[in-house]
Amino acid sequence: MLATCIRALPDEGCGLLLGTREGIVVDVVASPNVAASAKVYEIDPKVLLRTYRRADDEGLEVVGVFHSHTHSPAYPSPTDIAQAPDPAWHYVLVSLAQVPSEVRSYRIADGDVTEELVRVEGVTGALGDD
Amino acid sequence: MSALLRIPTVLRPAMGGATSITVEGSTIGAVLSDVTSRFPAVKGQLLNDDGTLHRFLNVYVNDDDVRYLGGVEATVAESDEITLLPAVAGGAQ
Repeated sequence: MLATCIRALPDEGCGLLLGTREGIVVDVVASPNVAASAKVYEIDPKVLLRTYRRADDEGLEVVGVFHSHTHSPAYPSPTDIAQAPDPAWHYVLVSLAQVPSEVRSYRIADGDVTEELVRVEGVTGALGDD
Repeated sequence: MSALLRIPTVLRPAMGGATSITVEGSTIGAVLSDVTSRFPAVKGQLLNDDGTLHRFLNVYVNDDDVRYLGGVEATVAESDEITLLPAVAGGAQ
């Protein structure tokens, strides 16, 4: 996720979280930010369609979304809260406003924001993987 | 003209809980009229007041994004698969 967001600079970076119904994320799917902006993001609809189909094929679900804030904290903005598409999702915010970057996850339902713990297990692959 | 409409998770509670339903109509506009007459609660999430597609709704007929096929005028053939995908967006602003 961090690599995706750094590569997207100066725009906000984004992508989808693919996982199990229990909230275990098994893969991260990077997406172009079709809003092409440093202030707003929109997941590429083609990536959305492809990821939903992959989820169906693999018995997984789209369980959330990540995006970066280039100059503000890793906390959902009023826009993030208003446009959160699914109350069952996990919303991961990556802040590139400071070093080190900050990654936090939230639930957003009915305008309420609750932070949740992120636990990383069984990391595989080279450093710098998405 | 019967087609299959795949319903995104977030709309299922307001549309009877099904993952997909059969819909009638030879254009996307006709299909969404069918849907909103059966499930009035979702109208605001699918269509603007002028009958055009909501800006944050992506609609696919098979693999084609209908915004390139005329939006609500896009044609629907027998056995097509229509997928509704609410946009995923937000941002620091």
